[in-house]
This record gives sequence, C-alpha cells and structure tokens, in this order.
Amino acid sequence: MELQGESWLTTRLDKFADWSRSNSFWPLPFGTACCAIEFMGTVSSHYDMSRFGYEVVRFSPRQSDLMIVAGTITDKMAPVLKRIYDQMPDPKWVVSMGACACSGGFYRAYHVMQGIDEIIPVDVYVPGCPPSPEGLMYGILQIKEKIARDRKALRERAKKAKGKGRDAA
Amino acid sequence: MLLEEPALLARFPAGSVVPQEGPDAPADQPTWVVRREVLLDLCRALRDDPQGRYDLLLDVCGADYPDRDERFEAVYHLYSVPTANRLRLKVPLTESDPKLPSVISVWKGADWFEREAYDMYGFVFEGHPNLRRLLTHEGFQGHPLRKDYDPARRWILTEDKIYRPVLRAPADRPESMFERMTINIGPSHPAMHGTFRFVAMVDGEEIVASEVEIGYLHRCMEKMSETHTWQQVIPYTDRLNYCSSFLNNVAYCRTVEKLLGIEAPPRAVWARTILSEFSRIMDHCVANGSTLVDTGALTNFWYFFQPREEIYGLLEAVCGARLTVSACRIGGLLADLPPDFVQRCERLLEFIPPLIDDVEKLVDKNRIWMDRSVGIAAISGEEAVNWSWTGPCLRASGVAYDVRRAHPYDLYDTVDWEVPVLHGGDVYDRFRLRMLEIRQSLRIIRQLIERGVPAGPFVVDDPHVALPPKDACYNQMESMIYHFKLIMDGIRVPAGETYLMTEGANGELGFYVVSDGSGKPYRLHVRAPCLPIFSTFPTLMRGHSVSDAIATLGGLNVIAGELER
Repeated sequence: MELQGESWLTTRLDKFADWSRSNSFWPLPFGTACCAIEFMGTVSSHYDMSRFGYEVVRFSPRQSDLMIVAGTITDKMAPVLKRIYDQMPDPKWVVSMGACACSGGFYRAYHVMQGIDEIIPVDVYVPGCPPSPEGLMYGILQIKEKIARDRKALRERAKKAKGKGRDAA
Repeated sequence: MLLEEPALLARFPAGSVVPQEGPDAPADQPTWVVRREVLLDLCRALRDDPQGRYDLLLDVCGADYPDRDERFEAVYHLYSVPTANRLRLKVPLTESDPKLPSVISVWKGADWFEREAYDMYGFVFEGHPNLRRLLTHEGFQGHPLRKDYDPARRWILTEDKIYRPVLRAPADRPESMFERMTINIGPSHPAMHGTFRFVAMVDGEEIVASEVEIGYLHRCMEKMSETHTWQQVIPYTDRLNYCSSFLNNVAYCRTVEKLLGIEAPPRAVWARTILSEFSRIMDHCVANGSTLVDTGALTNFWYFFQPREEIYGLLEAVCGARLTVSACRIGGLLADLPPDFVQRCERLLEFIPPLIDDVEKLVDKNRIWMDRSVGIAAISGEEAVNWSWTGPCLRASGVAYDVRRAHPYDLYDTVDWEVPVLHGGDVYDRFRLRMLEIRQSLRIIRQLIERGVPAGPFVVDDPHVALPPKDACYNQMESMIYHFKLIMDGIRVPAGETYLMTEGANGELGFYVVSDGSGKPYRLHVRAPCLPIFSTFPTLMRGHSVSDAIATLGGLNVIAGELER
C-alpha cells in the first residue's frame, strides 16, 4: 500500500479489517501467578507494549479479543477460565504465556492443569518460566502475523459457528 | 530454654505434655509432645501465663509418618513477641480418629491454618466454625499430603460443584431501607490480583458480611518438594512470593544449611544480604504500586516499576534470570558475582531514591489518596498479633517485630538500621511503612557496599554439598564422581527437623523441614506470612465499602503463589 499524490488507496475490506485488528489488540490478561508480574513488566514504561497498539488492556472478556493466559491454571480455576474464554466475542485469540499455561510446567501435580489446551484452544505458546517481556511481545506479534495468514481458516470457523446458531434456532 | 516449664507442666496430668529431650529431639527450639485432650487448655495457659506469653501462633501444619502407631502429627509453632521465645507443640494422632480440638478460641489466626491441615491431611478440628477445604477444590477427594496419595492424581471440578457461599448478616444488625445484595468479585478480577475470590453482602454501600475463597493457585509446592531432591526444590521456592524470589531462596537454603550444620562463606552471605534487600525493595514497590493503581493512581505504578526493572538488571547479571532467580545454592550462591557487581549496586543506590521521592511527593499529602486510605481497614497491634500477623502490616499496627532484629541472621546485626514502626494500622500506614522500609533497605545496602566484596569462595568447599567447579568435573575423576552423585542422589541431609525463620517481604517466612536422611525432603512446610493476614480480610472489611476492600487488598500484599503454595 502506498500513498501517491491523491490521499486514497484501495484494498479489500477483509484486509482492512485484519490490518486494523492486528494493530489494535485489546488484550485480556488472565494473570494468575508469576507470569502476570512479567506481563505487568511488559505493559509498563520500560518495555511499553503500547508501541504496537496493544495497550488497551481490558479486564472484561466482552471487550477484548486477545486472551493472555499468564500463570498456572489449577483445576479449581479451570471452569473460570473456560467461562471467561466463552464470554469473549469472536474473532478471538489466545496466547499461552509461560511453561505452566503451556504444559503445567514443573508442577506435575494433583491440583494443576497440565496445559490450558486441555480446555481452550491456544494460538501461540510462549515458553519460559516466566518468559521475558521480549518473549511475550514476540508471541503477540506472531498472532499479528497469524491474522494476516489465517483469514481463510477464520472465515470457515465463522461459517461453522453461524451454521450452529441456525440449527439451534 | 523456658523458665516456666515445671510450674506450667505440673498443671497437666503426668504424661500428657512431654518435652522432647535427648539426642533425637529437635535442636532448633523446645518441642513438647502433647496429648490432644489437654491441647486447648495448654494453649490457653501458654498464651495467658505471665512467663509464657505465647501471643503469636506462627503456624499449624501436619506431618505423616505411616510407620508409626500414631501415624499423624499436628505441629504448632508458637512465638512470644515480648520474650522472643519459640515453642513447638506436636500432637500425635491416629489414622482412624484424627480429631483434635481447634485452638481458634485462643488464637484467631488458627482459622486458615487449621482448614489447611484439614484439607491436606484430613485432621478434624473440633470446634472450628467453618471446617471446609481451603486450598483444593470442592470436587477433590482424599488428602493430598498424606504419604499414600499419588502426587499426580487429579480430580476434575465441574461447574455444578463450585462453591457458592451463603452469607448472613449479623443478627444484631437492624434492617435498613436498602435491599441487601450479595456480590461476587473474582477470582478473575483485576482488583483481586488474579486469584482471590471475595464474596460480600452489601447493605447499600456497606459490607455487612463477606467471605474469601482461595486456592485458585494451589500448585502443590509442598507435595512437589517431597518428590524432588533438596537442590531441585530451590526453583519451587522462587515461585512462592514471586515478587521477591530471592528472599525465598535465602530462607530455604539457610534452613537446609542449618540441618546440614554448615554455613555459607562470607562472600555469599554478603551478596545474599544485599540481594535480599534489593528484593525487598522490589516487593514493596509492587505492593505499594498495586495499592495505588487499585485506587486510581496509575502514574505511580509506572514510577514504581522503574526501580524494579533496574533491579532486574542486577539480578540478571548475577544469575541470568529476572524474576524467578534461583540464585542461591545450598551452601552459597549459584555462581560468583559479576565483576561489575559493586558498580551496578552503586548505580542503583543513586537511581532508586529520586523515584521513591517522586512517588512520595505525588501521594503523601494527596487529598484523594488520604480519603481513600486513612482509617480504612485499621487493626490494633493486639488484634493483629492474635490474627498471627507478621511483617510490615504488623509493624504498621505498632508492634516492632522484625525477624532481622529479633533473631538476626546474615549480616543484619553488623549494620546500622532501624525497624520503622507506625501506629495507625490502616491502609495509609501500611503504605507509609513500606516507603520507610525501602529507605532502610537502601541504608543497609549502602553500608554493605562501602565495606567492599569479601574475598573468598562463593559456595562452601564441600563436595557433598556443592557441585565442584566445571573444569574439575571435566578433568578430575573424583570431582566427576561427586558431580554425578550430587545430581543423581542429591545432597544427603542428616535426619532431623528444623524450623527456620527469615524476614520475608510481607512477614515471617518460615520453613519447617523434616529430613529422613535421604536425598529428598521428607516433609517441607512453608509458613506463608500472608496466609493469616489474608484470613483477616472479611473481619477487616466489615462496615467498610466495596471500594475500601479494593484499596485494602494491595496494601496487605497478599501474593497468591505464597498464600496457596
């Protein structure tokens, strides 16, 4: 896209929507543990996630499109996580931040979920215990790329969801 | 030892209270084996006896010895603030009848300790008003810290089993013109810091009854430590109070060192003290920063995170990690200090004070902040001790108990510093006290930096405890064998038990450790300072508004990783 002379350009509506979405995530931090502290570091002045347009951190699932699961999810927390994920409107993405959210980490234990993908779909796994802010930012930027790439998959998913709605009606 | 022993013990039937003596007795503090029939009377006597004055119940936990006739042991740790005496009580219990009286009528702080012991071991505390599971969920079956419980056995919680508290307004409260409403905040709510659930019945704006539900971050740390070697437990301790990981490392390593009967070399002790104080500053920055951000003062939060980022830089230079450092080893440190350690510390000493001053200028006489904090959730020193409070929150209520002063360790008795004490006991004083403590920490660090780095090794020169240097492992047979043995079998810690306390960022952080002589801890219990503090929350909030509850929580500095372990 390039502006020359006249100040207008052409694009597809899809592309325009993708472009705006991927440059203005409204993240929902589902922070439970140590990773949440690093998430705080990521949005704070030093690393400053707002450089990418991701500073509108929303704690209401209904206003956000990117869930960042930062921290260990226990079996007690699992129903809460599932419900909050369900409350987010489509399209939505999930970043699993840190070893615990990805796989349970080194808590192979009686009260810890062995990875949040037991109950919700995950788009990007960010390794680390906790990941550095750079790592988290890289993970979120991966989602940005994914949005540009996955338009087709997204459309199919939306179609499926719509079909389901009609059946129910 | 205790002066009042004979007089006090004579009041109880022979054999019902037996002080443990001889070579097998724990060496760290006096230990009495108590029959459960006299437990309640004994506790009351210990609290009220003019010579005993055990006014602070530090901890209640369980232990499981399947080979014994009386399989279980309930372990109580008591502390006397006026006399600085410590005492451990052990109550043996059988598997078929694990009942004992609740001591909640003596120390209110026993509430959550007893619920935790019920949850983990199945002890039934008779007379406890609300003996429910504390940490695990409602769909959980069995008691996970019993030795015969498989560490990886999970139970799934379904939505229909989720606990829904039924609150009742106090009977003496008159009906008001407002409709009473029960509201639920959390666990996924920013003001609840991610993992707490607060259910309050409000009458207009006023909270008339409330309840706190925790356990959303119970990560089974104590069970996990029983399945790992002594060194492998260090990363688990990082993730207790993750705002100041280094303090937990030091507490744990010192406990194991005490069991081993070794001491870290001066260089390590010096660095530990400095890094501990920097960690304390970081922790206080988060506690105060989140209090302010919860009350709407966002700018200060950014200001407070700046020192943290700079201290992260120092920690990264020391060990390569920012948050979860694992920088201590049993017997010393992970590695030698970086060559520019002193210069980095000096830079921090210049950098941090102006930022702290800025925040103080912004809020200290700020009308909005004062209105939100002065007189809110105030607690008297006496009450706070009865609720088992320790740390900055207790000192803000006028009780000058600081482990660093009462039982000095590391280098705290060689430097000049004060224990700040305030008397309001409210949100405002807790905030101010932390600001004062940050300055004291800087003062401690400054004196130590002036002394210069002590020469010598950074870890003990004992191949049974510390890994040999890497080049020796590659080039010498003996060192390689030691390395192999340490990694595969772990450190052999002599059988015994000990409780060791340090001043964590939010109170007395204690490790109660039992070793059976093998390469793994037999039982490891963490005395989490914020557990009793948070158990007070519903009582503190009675009569306040919901917005006060939000303003209070940050100042109590409840860290879920430590609270629920």
